[in-house]
Amino acid sequence: MIGGLFIYNHKGEVLISRVYRDDIGRNAVDAFRVNVIHARQQVRSPVTNIARTSFFHVKRSNIWLAAVTKQNVNAAMVFEFLYKMCDVMTAYFGKISEENIKNNFVLIYELLDEILDFGYPQNSETGALKTFITQTGIKSQSKEEQSQITSQVTGQIGWRREGIKYRRNELFLDVLESVNLLMSPQGQVLSAHVSGRVVMKSYLSGMPECKFGMNDKIVIDKQGKGGATEEAAGKSGGGGGKQSIAIDDCTFHQCVRLSKFDAERSISFIPPDGECELMRYRTTKDIILPFRVIPLVREVGRTKLEVKVVIKSNFKPSLLAQKIEVRIPTPLNTSGVQVICMKGKAKYKASENAIVWKIKRMAGMKESQISAEIELLPTNDKKKWARPPISMNFEVPFAPSGLKVRYLKVFEPKLNYSDHDVIKWVRYIGRSGIYETRC
Amino acid sequence: MPAVSKGDGMRGLAVFISDIRNCKSKEAEIKRINKELANIRSKFKGDKALDGYSKKKYVCKLLFIFLLGHDIDFGHMEAVNLLSSNKYTEKQIGYLFISVLVNSNSELIRLINNAIKNDLSSRNPTFMCLALHCIANVGSREMAEAFAGEIPRILVAGDTMDSVKQSAALCLLRLYKASPDLVLMGEWTSRVVHLLNDQHMGVVTAAISLITCLSSKNPDEFKTCVSLAVSRLSRIVSSASTDLQDYTYYFVPAPWLSCKLLRLLQCYPPPEDGAVKGRLVECLETILNKAQEPPKSKKVQHSNAKNAILFEAISLIIHYDSEPNLLVRACNQLGQFLQHRETNLRYLALESMCTLASSEFSHEAVKTHIETVINALKTERDVSVRQRAADLLYAMCDRSNAKQIVAEMLSYLETADYSIREEMVLKVAILAEKYAVDYSWYVDTILNLIRIAGDYVSEEVWYRVIQIVINRDDVQGYAAKTVFEALQAPACHENMVKVGGYILGEFGNLIAGDPRSSPLVQFNLLHSKFHLCSVPTRALLLSAYIKFINLFPETKATIQEVLRSDSQIRNSDVELQQRAVEYLKLSSIASTDVLATVLEEMPPFPERESSILAKLKKKKGPGAVSVELEDGKERGELNGGGDRAGDAAIAASNASTPSPSADLLGLRSAAPVSGATPSAGSLLVDVFSEAGPAATSAGVNDDGFLSSAPPTAASEDPAPPLPESDELLNKFVCKNNGVLFENQLLQIGIKSEYRQNLGRMYLFYGNKTSVQFVSFNTTVSCPGELQSQLNVQTKTVEPLVEGGAQVQQVINIECLTDFIDAPLLNIKFRYGGALQNISLKLPVTINKFFQPTEMAAADFFQRWKQLSQPQQEAQKIFKASHGMDTEVLKAKLLGLGTALLENVDPNPENYVCAGVIQTKAQQVGCLLRLEPNAQAQMYRLTLRSSKDTVSQRVCDLLAEQF
Repeated sequence: MIGGLFIYNHKGEVLISRVYRDDIGRNAVDAFRVNVIHARQQVRSPVTNIARTSFFHVKRSNIWLAAVTKQNVNAAMVFEFLYKMCDVMTAYFGKISEENIKNNFVLIYELLDEILDFGYPQNSETGALKTFITQTGIKSQSKEEQSQITSQVTGQIGWRREGIKYRRNELFLDVLESVNLLMSPQGQVLSAHVSGRVVMKSYLSGMPECKFGMNDKIVIDKQGKGGATEEAAGKSGGGGGKQSIAIDDCTFHQCVRLSKFDAERSISFIPPDGECELMRYRTTKDIILPFRVIPLVREVGRTKLEVKVVIKSNFKPSLLAQKIEVRIPTPLNTSGVQVICMKGKAKYKASENAIVWKIKRMAGMKESQISAEIELLPTNDKKKWARPPISMNFEVPFAPSGLKVRYLKVFEPKLNYSDHDVIKWVRYIGRSGIYETRC
Repeated sequence: MPAVSKGDGMRGLAVFISDIRNCKSKEAEIKRINKELANIRSKFKGDKALDGYSKKKYVCKLLFIFLLGHDIDFGHMEAVNLLSSNKYTEKQIGYLFISVLVNSNSELIRLINNAIKNDLSSRNPTFMCLALHCIANVGSREMAEAFAGEIPRILVAGDTMDSVKQSAALCLLRLYKASPDLVLMGEWTSRVVHLLNDQHMGVVTAAISLITCLSSKNPDEFKTCVSLAVSRLSRIVSSASTDLQDYTYYFVPAPWLSCKLLRLLQCYPPPEDGAVKGRLVECLETILNKAQEPPKSKKVQHSNAKNAILFEAISLIIHYDSEPNLLVRACNQLGQFLQHRETNLRYLALESMCTLASSEFSHEAVKTHIETVINALKTERDVSVRQRAADLLYAMCDRSNAKQIVAEMLSYLETADYSIREEMVLKVAILAEKYAVDYSWYVDTILNLIRIAGDYVSEEVWYRVIQIVINRDDVQGYAAKTVFEALQAPACHENMVKVGGYILGEFGNLIAGDPRSSPLVQFNLLHSKFHLCSVPTRALLLSAYIKFINLFPETKATIQEVLRSDSQIRNSDVELQQRAVEYLKLSSIASTDVLATVLEEMPPFPERESSILAKLKKKKGPGAVSVELEDGKERGELNGGGDRAGDAAIAASNASTPSPSADLLGLRSAAPVSGATPSAGSLLVDVFSEAGPAATSAGVNDDGFLSSAPPTAASEDPAPPLPESDELLNKFVCKNNGVLFENQLLQIGIKSEYRQNLGRMYLFYGNKTSVQFVSFNTTVSCPGELQSQLNVQTKTVEPLVEGGAQVQQVINIECLTDFIDAPLLNIKFRYGGALQNISLKLPVTINKFFQPTEMAAADFFQRWKQLSQPQQEAQKIFKASHGMDTEVLKAKLLGLGTALLENVDPNPENYVCAGVIQTKAQQVGCLLRLEPNAQAQMYRLTLRSSKDTVSQRVCDLLAEQF
């Protein structure tokens, strides 16, 4: 179990130090600073073992969060906790920065006491936490309220309190995906996968029972020829034509009844109030690749390099991709660059050793190209340029995995509103993860 | 020039550095650097030529980026351009860049060398200095090749400025240290020596460093420097503190120079010229006198400088070791320091006294300080000083004060630091043995030692007690009584049990008369410790029990009962079980007569060098133990069997014990007793472990072989060996079997096997024709000194060899000591009337007598370091004549007979082997390291062994193999 948790700033100064177990000594704080933060060579592994003590760290902007343990813990659990911890802090005071942490250190210690007990992670649901850890000072709560909090936190549905009322029952569903790709110069896909999240924001009265349906291959196949054609919710993606998707693995928010999922593959739950991440999933088959990058690099003698890159958008012409950015690495001995591009803006950024080409918007089924002349300074170094891959960033309004929300039904037997009264919104956003093409 | 208007501030550089310092994160820093690098690249690439100022600025930035830890792969050309600038700052930055970022590009090196050459030949002293500093900083072989001839000329030229001379001297020193073979002084020698007379003290100081280094390599050439150094020294010493102005440091005239002069003099024996010697003695006396004067300043620098000279002078006095008067004075001076409140001074005083104690003149003087030293040992706060005090006590010990010193050391041992305990134990053991007049005192001391610091008493120490007790009749009874008493303590150390078990087993009868120590009481006492002991001790105790049965027949029943018990006879440890079973049978089957013979008292051990001394030497490295400087005889003996002396002492004594048991029982091969595995290496003291090798060697000898027969009738002299016989020899270095020789008549096959220092070789002579060979006769001869090194016995062969037949000849070889040549095999026969006469070299090489030795990496490197004397090492660098296939190499190295040690060398490409060459006279440990360089197709082979001839020979042999 987690023995302690430290937060450092970029210089390695300790901002927060909370030790949960006696086996973690005071020197552990310094050990991490010396061996990881101030290490001569950058430490790339998120897990570091120093003197039989394990340090798990994540970095948010310039802040290091490190969990320490002497035991053989489940590393995935620790990282899940650290990420959750980041989420909780962001929910409380926004961006995680040195300034914010210093200003909220009392709150952070309070949170740490609540979400970790003797190193065991506890309830880290922001909504639930916000009911009893507030930044606005402690209102003297009535006995009733106190007992309600107790029963909620210790009860079966710890993530939602009773007696929530809204005039408009509204529900937002975001399907957020990031698509990762590695492609050979010839256009062969070397590896590709999509990791996605379904994020739900609900403003529903009472204790609603929800049921979520999507075009999961197993469910569709089970239903047979029947209801597969109904495609009520959601816009169709660029690829189209695909009825169902194969999900490689998925995880759910704690509110989802896993027993029911295991038995019937149906996702039913009582959602927490406000925002929550309903599920995470990963697919590797039949991914719609929104962009194709075609690189052309020609070395003209020892002092010149010609680069031409064509990008093609590969989705419905009616859709618009946004925030497109292509990053073309340049050799380390570049001494000058001339760029010509048809669309967007391109610039040689010396500090990053790359040409960065930005396009604000681009419709589907279009193509655009950039050509650059790179002048090189002859060096006596025998090392050949490694030609790092060209990477790309973008945002598209569909799910590259092909996932579609089929329905989300809401039942609230006690209150008098039905599924039809709930206003539902569904949005698909596909972003680039690590989207690279070798050149 | 536009640069002048911009000034020399280099604002761009300052801005860049402050930008980097302000970076919040590593990423930001890298981004800034990348940007700057791109900027510099575009500037360097740009078509218009850069002026000197901006070139300097950018080169500076590159240098800074490099020092931050980033790779720089351009800008060398610009830096070289800066070298030809006329401005000092530009030249300086250029040189700085070159010194830091040397590039092996040959084109650039040529340009750099050119620029340096220009500067050296310029008349500007600052430029010359810059160039010299650059050469010294780079110090590469190429630089040495280019300038080694030039610099001495600058150094001795009359018109060179002083500062340049200084730089030249130090630069030359650096080149000499880096590549001594390229710096040839030759004609310059005398002029360099005369630099000691230079007006300028700085030049003298620089020159003396150079001379010291050069003269330590070839002292004879620089002999003349002694008198110059002495006169220089006397001038400094006799000068008043104000005379030397700049070179007076806190009222001490030229302390560094004086120290260096004194150190230079330590490279040489005392000067033979009386006048010079008188002057030197006068100097030394003055230095000693000055130490007595009240300090001119309270500052610590003053006393440090003064003491530095003083200690250097004392080292010189000790080095000369011929002036009793000075030695005693030095000793007295050091005695004063012993009580000084400066810890460093006390340490230095103790250290110097250690060396003084070994001089015959000052030994007595040192002894007067014994009380102070003992006090230091007890009260000193600093452990390193205590260590020195212990060393000094050890060094000053002699017959007169041995008892006192040993007693003090023993009492200190109880509170001593763990780090020095083992060494202290060894020292006490050695002193006790060396100065023991009364052996009961010796026994007492060692038993005390085991009682106080049992964990630190190594095997050698208690082996030695037993050797001494067994060899000295007069202490045996006393020893038995003392161990009996010692064993009565409720808790005693395992080593004590070992000694007790052994001594009571041998001499228990001497105290059996006393009813308080009757046989049964003795046995019960020993057996009460049995269960607390480790396996080797238990094994020893079992042997003691069987000796008890012999000594005291009345205990037989009890002991048999013990042996019969399940915990012995079914012990999970094979050694214990075997002993229990065999001893039980022995005691029940053999008659008392037989028992008495088998279990006879151990014969006296042959007198040989104490193994403990070897151990101490091993711990401290050769030469560190000062006591044995007294008698060279001891040292010589030690070096011979040094590395294995520990167990060899006892192994040898066992091997030399005739084994009456075997013969008497008639159990030559099958007897349980004689069959008791001699493998138990840790149990070498075991009473019964019969020497396997001894038996086999006897067996070999009485198989009826003749010793090398004189050449028979054939009157012709043996033909000279075939020209290719050396090649043949090399073919067989790494293998034992194969075809040795073949022509159209005869084929000689060879099959050989080696064990320890013995070898047997089977030669197969095959007649390839259909005609018989008549008067076929072979002889093996050992030319020259090989006769004393190798003992070769051959069996004669049938004089007739039928056509197509094969005859076999057996040759027995015994290696007496290491050898170089190979024995000659001469074959004579008549084929159809014509006399055939063939001489070959028998493929017997020293490496055949290797015994592989497995060892761990730590052991290997420890031994490697022990064999660090230059003559112990042989090294060869040679081109690969075969492929560099790993498996082939491994097979060859294994064929050599050594053990191939895996995972020892940090570089997995390298091979590391270890083995012991077994000769009759001695065993020579040998370590080998082969470093292949696949790119260059070269090997570097390094051999270290305890004998220089062996290293060289094995190295030569092996170099031909790859």
